[in-house]
Amino acid sequence: MRAMLAWVTGMGVSWLLAPAALANGWNMPKGVTEISRDIYSLHMTIFWICVVIGVVVFAVMFYSLFRYRRSQGAKADNFHEHTTVEVLWTTIPLLILVGMALPATATLQRMYDPSGADLDVMVTGQQWRWHYEYMDEGVSFTSSMSTPTSQISGEEARGENYLLDVDNPLVLPVDQKVRFLLTSDDVIHSWWVPELAVKQDAVPGFVNENWVRIEEPGIYRGQCTELCGKDHAFMPVVVHAMEQDEYDEWLAERKAEAEAEANSVDREWEMDELMERGEQVYGSVCATCHQQDGSGSGQFPALAGNDQMLDDVDWHKDVVVNGVSGTPMAAFGGSLSAVEVAAVITYERNAWDNDTGDVVQPSEIQEMLE
Amino acid sequence: MSGSYYVPETSKWPALGSAAVGVMMIGLGVVLVHGVGSLIMALGTVAVLAVMWFWFRDVVIESRQGLYDAQMDRSFRWGMGWFIFSEIMFFAAFFGTLYYVRTFALPWLDGEGAKGIATLLWPDFTASWPLMNPPDSSISGPHDIVSPWQLPLVNTLFLVTSSITLTVSHEALKEGLRATARNWLIVTLVLGACFLIVQGVEYYEAYTHYGITLDAGIYGSTFFLLTGFHGFHVTIGVVTLAVMLARILKGHFSRDDHFAFEAGAWYWHFVDVVWIGLFLFVYVF
Amino acid sequence: MAPKLPPQHPLEHSTATTAGQAHEHDDHHHYGGPGGIKRWLLTTNHKEIGSLYLIFSLSMFFIGGIFALVVRAELFQPGLQLVQPEFFNQMTTMHGLIMVFGAVMPAFVGLANWMIPLQVGAPDMALPRLNNFSFWLLPVAFGLLLSTLFMPGGAPNFGWTFYAPLSTDYGPPSTTFFIFSLHIAGISSILGAINIIATILNMRAPGMRMMDMPLFVWTWLITAFLLIAVMPVLAGVITMMLMDINFGTSFFDAGGGGDPVLFQHLFWFFGHPEVYIMILPAFGIVSAIVPTFARKPLFGYASMVYATASIAILSFLVWVHHMFVVGLPLAAELFFMYTTMLIAVPTGVKVFNWVTTLFRGSITFETPMLFSLAFIVMFTIGGFSGLMLAIVPADFQYHDTYFVVAHFHYVLVPGAIFAIIAGVYYWLPKWTGHYPDERLGRWHFWLSVIGVNLTFFPMHFSGLAGMPRRIPDYALQFADFNMVSSLGGFLFGASQLLFVAVLIKCVRGGEKAPAKAWEGAEDLEWSVPSPAPLHTFETPPDMTSQAPQRH
Ligand code: HEA
Ligand code: HEA
Ligand code: HEC
Ligand code: CUA
Ligand SMILES: [Cu+2]
Repeated sequence: MRAMLAWVTGMGVSWLLAPAALANGWNMPKGVTEISRDIYSLHMTIFWICVVIGVVVFAVMFYSLFRYRRSQGAKADNFHEHTTVEVLWTTIPLLILVGMALPATATLQRMYDPSGADLDVMVTGQQWRWHYEYMDEGVSFTSSMSTPTSQISGEEARGENYLLDVDNPLVLPVDQKVRFLLTSDDVIHSWWVPELAVKQDAVPGFVNENWVRIEEPGIYRGQCTELCGKDHAFMPVVVHAMEQDEYDEWLAERKAEAEAEANSVDREWEMDELMERGEQVYGSVCATCHQQDGSGSGQFPALAGNDQMLDDVDWHKDVVVNGVSGTPMAAFGGSLSAVEVAAVITYERNAWDNDTGDVVQPSEIQEMLE
Repeated sequence: MSGSYYVPETSKWPALGSAAVGVMMIGLGVVLVHGVGSLIMALGTVAVLAVMWFWFRDVVIESRQGLYDAQMDRSFRWGMGWFIFSEIMFFAAFFGTLYYVRTFALPWLDGEGAKGIATLLWPDFTASWPLMNPPDSSISGPHDIVSPWQLPLVNTLFLVTSSITLTVSHEALKEGLRATARNWLIVTLVLGACFLIVQGVEYYEAYTHYGITLDAGIYGSTFFLLTGFHGFHVTIGVVTLAVMLARILKGHFSRDDHFAFEAGAWYWHFVDVVWIGLFLFVYVF
Repeated sequence: MAPKLPPQHPLEHSTATTAGQAHEHDDHHHYGGPGGIKRWLLTTNHKEIGSLYLIFSLSMFFIGGIFALVVRAELFQPGLQLVQPEFFNQMTTMHGLIMVFGAVMPAFVGLANWMIPLQVGAPDMALPRLNNFSFWLLPVAFGLLLSTLFMPGGAPNFGWTFYAPLSTDYGPPSTTFFIFSLHIAGISSILGAINIIATILNMRAPGMRMMDMPLFVWTWLITAFLLIAVMPVLAGVITMMLMDINFGTSFFDAGGGGDPVLFQHLFWFFGHPEVYIMILPAFGIVSAIVPTFARKPLFGYASMVYATASIAILSFLVWVHHMFVVGLPLAAELFFMYTTMLIAVPTGVKVFNWVTTLFRGSITFETPMLFSLAFIVMFTIGGFSGLMLAIVPADFQYHDTYFVVAHFHYVLVPGAIFAIIAGVYYWLPKWTGHYPDERLGRWHFWLSVIGVNLTFFPMHFSGLAGMPRRIPDYALQFADFNMVSSLGGFLFGASQLLFVAVLIKCVRGGEKAPAKAWEGAEDLEWSVPSPAPLHTFETPPDMTSQAPQRH
């Protein structure tokens, strides 16, 4: 009897807890797109249907447990079949399911229609960062987590957006249909921003499509959701949605930068410039594997004091531009610009007491890329 | 049925067999990962074979002693039947792979169908089957293919004929015509061996003349996956039938008590049917 | 109504076996074969092999549980405290693999070994030596799997689903050994399943028709069919991985014309039926226990059988629901959404049948019954979240978050594991001749129920709020619920020590149980003495006139 009471109270409390938690933000976000709101309402509809069915089923169950206790002298009946109820409880759930499937189908059909996009963005997953390319705009950049390791290890207080901050967020205009083309350079990743209700795998060698039309400017955060190796937890997605004019400004700036960089490929670069740029690239792209201080770890070779690398510039360039196939060392010639590659190589050859004094010029890399 | 079901006493073969399988697999793993340890692998393999030998020997002895009743016979039948079903599913995975690659993956990579945008990544790629030029140009595909109407056709004839000769042999055994059964079984075995030899020749040709190799992209991959596992099964079948031949020679089996033979025959027919599938989908179409 | 018993010599049988636990001292008295460790190595007896399976499974449950506790300990707080991400991923992976292949599956096979021959009136399993082989492959397989933890590069770290190319091009060197260990475990399952099918189809006592079989036997028959159908597919896909890793093939590499997604199709063609392999026998156990303690025949026996078969058939047609966000054509998503949702219908039939069995019964609440009732409630909750996951647009938000983790732990822990525990409490008297300690059992039950809900209920919310799975560190807003989950995990784990205490006590002694240990129990196993002698039904009982009242 006490047990029964405990049961019922326990159940009751958790059923109450659930809606309470859902109401307090521990729920799927409604989001800022039409689709995300549709999904939210689908989610809540199925949830409540399940709650109702659950309440009915468990009510009958607990009633029976309570009413037909042997300790209260219950005598067992002997019935064990009843065709009518059996037919009923097969068909009623079936009808409920049809009721759920209809709106789900409609929503899905809309999600699957990327036609008429105003803007195409190629999203490429890489261990462990995202690369964004504004197709037809000549703008592309890499976006890596910017939460410092000292926060992860707990040496420093954790910031508000712990693990959810990046150096270069993806910038998008509001009220435009943006089509994403997703792929990957290495393993499968998955690009997810809950408030945009977009979650799509990035599969190496294939391209997936998805799209979004954001209704409100703001900063929306998400994470990689497909296990992609060691730093899977440290591969956030940040989308910065702006009004159209703001976005246009931003894009123009980016374009100008890209152009300036393209034009500067041919000029002679100074060591200092390259080192500065290189340090930045290294920190955002290479350090996840080779470590900030170039000491490497596990299967990732140390670059500080790496004799083969220091003795052989051409090999060094080749490894960075073309990668080492069959290992996590990707071909960065594809995702970094010539300037960035030259800068990071120069940096690696001179940082951490490597001090070779070598300067690798962007023009040399440009040649390799062509 | 009155308590005649034979429950064997303890036996050391199951436990030894597991240990042997363990040694063999660890050996193989060490060979693949570290490039050493072929001795361990060889030892394990020999141990596995030895255990099989002794285990089956026990079964044969018990059978000869008449310990097995009709119910036991049915257990063996169910056992063998479901085992073959598991083998069918094993090959189904591989045929499924072939189907998927040809119907979905390659067209998608070439820009057709629902996922056709993949062509963005492989602008120069054209899908074809057999796939001569894989999307990634650093993987060199085959430069020629095996014509189905030469060696594979010959092999088809071998296997189909062998299924027939085996059935003749089985019928003879059922009639109690031991010598006839023996002769047709020998013919079956010869055909099986011929198949394996031809398959070996074909592999040699594939590697040396056609550029069909394991690393020649998906065509080579599926080709060797399917024909390789099939060939492996033919080998097992040949060994099994050879043992049956030995048992016939030793005077085992009677008109209505020869399930071992029958199981071997089931297996052989299964291998034959798989080949027909292979011939059609790997070679012809 | 009791079926005719085989001739008994009570004195000779009373000490025959107490095979609930290893290393009993006095029981090789009447046993012809070797003694000591050799006896366990060489046995061909279904009861002893059943015990071996159960002990093995319990050890694996603890090892897999310890891995889960490492995961939970790291997730107790944000930040990296105890382990590095590389090791965390190994823990998650090994936890999933060990629990699925090492704990749940062998536990069910162990129960099948013990109970199926008793329930169908067979002298033993159909192929006793093969049975022992199936078992002894397992320690080999899992010894090999666990040894990867000590290999250079560490153990598998790509999740229990080992998606290519993370597991092929990017996997640690130990991947090859991991593949072989799965091959061996797979062979074990296939052979075990063949044996079970042959036993059920061929060894039933004369007069026992298929529709007279207890539901545990029925569910196992169908489970065995699923095993034989899908384990070879798993073997096939890991073989293809092996070739991609070691022989340069390109099955899962688009550059060579393959497709990483092909891996997932093959894996889940196996993987989804696999999750039903982990629940159908549980349905069977609950369908035995609920009528016993409600003292009323199971409601809708026939529809239970048909529902089980429908679930099994549908399970081949739903695998893509694990891959909704992988990027598939619309038609595929819709088809697999509908088929997945359909499974709710036969599963609902089962739930309704159990509840109706309780209705107008005469109910008592012994430990096996408590666990079964908790099973019904919490499995249903897990089923509901499964149904939510089936709705494709919603799954775009749920997928690969802790909502999924919550779903499958609800169906697996208070689902499969509770059913196994219930079965153990239910059949312990038959195995050992003693009743399990009821007081300890209740403590075990209540602590488990609380622990399980504390651990897994909050995961629904962390998932909905956006926490991805398989991460060693998380954003600050997930902190509270993770702390609760971790505390719950440790509570649940610690409560399992009570289970061990109950088992040891019960093997050692306790209140003696008669042949029919539970008043309402009707199946054939309750007609043999408790503890069940080493050899039962050497002469099959004649069931022709004694079919239990099923319909
Ligand atoms: C025992 C194991 C088990 C069982 C029984 C189930 C049962 C179900 N599962 Fe679950 N599932 C898993 C184990 C299991 N699952 C695992 C391990 C994973 C994750 C794998 C991984 O990625 O690692 C998973 C993942 C998983 C996914 C993928 C989620 C994702 O990754 O995005 C989906 C999606 O559809 C799903 C659906 C279902 C459904 C619809 C059922 C149904 O069978 C449930 C049916 C039951 C009910 C619905 C309740 C009772 C019914 C009624 C009372 C009738 C009336 C009800 C209605 C009409 C609503 N499961
Ligand atoms: C039947 C299968 C099964 C079972 C029983 C469990 C049981 C548990 N699982 Fe399970 N889990 C899976 C199957 C299962 N799990 C699968 C398939 C995955 C997916 C893996 C993947 O993503 O690849 C997963 C993933 C998974 C995760 C997600 C990991 C991640 O995404 O990174 C978590 C996190 O909390 C978790 C926790 C637990 C806990 C706390 C238990 C507890 O119930 C365990 C309780 C048992 C014990 C603790 C051991 C016994 C007790 C002792 C040893 C005594 C000593 C203990 C104390 C004194 C406290 N599991
Ligand atoms: C995803 C992990 C990862 C990232 C990110 C990464 N590397 Fe590497 N890198 C590796 C691995 C692994 C190797 C070893 C390859 C091998 O086994 O030959 C390597 C090798 C190298 C080598 C050759 C050193 C040697 O001894 O083999 C150089 C130089 C190098 N990387 C530079 C870079 C630069 C520059 C960047 C950033 C632009 C970078 N790496 C980013 C993983 C990575
Ligand atoms: Cu990228 Cu996870
Ligand atoms: Cu599933």
